[in-house]
Amino acid sequence: MVIGLAHYLVVAAMLFTLGCFGIFVNRKNVIVILMSIELILLAVNINLVAFSTHLGDITGQIFALLVLTVAAAEAAIGLAILVVYFRNRGTIAVEDINVMKG
Amino acid sequence: MNVATLFFYLFSGMLVGSAMMVVSARNPVHAVLFLILAFVNAAGLMLLMGAEFLAMLLVIVYVGAVAVLFLFVVMMLDVDFAELRQGFLQYLPIGAVIAAIFFVEIALVVGTWQLAPEALSMHKAAAKMPVDAMNARALGRVLYTEYVYFFQAAGLILLVAMIGAIVLTLRERPGVRRQDVMAQNARTKASAITMVSVAQGQGVTNEGVKRKDASGQGV
Repeated sequence: MVIGLAHYLVVAAMLFTLGCFGIFVNRKNVIVILMSIELILLAVNINLVAFSTHLGDITGQIFALLVLTVAAAEAAIGLAILVVYFRNRGTIAVEDINVMKG
Repeated sequence: MNVATLFFYLFSGMLVGSAMMVVSARNPVHAVLFLILAFVNAAGLMLLMGAEFLAMLLVIVYVGAVAVLFLFVVMMLDVDFAELRQGFLQYLPIGAVIAAIFFVEIALVVGTWQLAPEALSMHKAAAKMPVDAMNARALGRVLYTEYVYFFQAAGLILLVAMIGAIVLTLRERPGVRRQDVMAQNARTKASAITMVSVAQGQGVTNEGVKRKDASGQGV
């Protein structure tokens, strides 16, 4: 049995689904939500690399690299905002973020 | 079943299992550690696919930087994580339904989509994977020529993220005595010393010790 493109796509789909699931069930905990977003981006990266190697086109790996960059930047900024928020309010519960009544 | 197949199932099973633990772990420190395990297994999958450079990058960037950053923040914040988990069972049904919908949609797309057999020969790759060069060298050849603007933009994004994180978390605490080199250098003899002529027999008690700060004002 040869492992083909479809196998990797299924793994990426499961990972993506788990990431979305994590955002919904951990609605109060911002840290786990950020980790779920990282999982989703990882699934996207696996998809990009799978198509890149399957089609023999290295452009997909370039874009996976760019996604990696954006994910790292997003994690840094998100955690910085989280630290500042905790310093001001003493909690990180998402439900308490309602000062602007948006 | 050959070795590559075995490793594929090992890596993907561990990946999905640890991703499940990330979203359901009771202790967020365990969640971060499972996230690290997930990234390492994803790096293994990428090695199997033949993207060695990205696999190593995943280990270095994600495990070395991002996951450790998460670990720092989780351990630094004094949060009652048990309280944050209270809605877990309440949101479990809707989360499961939406996740199932997502999965069925993706499965429909992946299951019904197929590559036409002649498409691979007709496919004109924007940057063909070279057969002679290593993965890292091939990536570099394309990244620094065709996608150099993207590369620069990625560097700019990282710079903005770095400055943003520093600006957000830097704070001036009141009441902290810092060394002020400018004020120290600006002190002169006139501003630092006060000559007091003490009357005979009175001592210096009622004069006290007079100090002057840098601006010459008595304290």
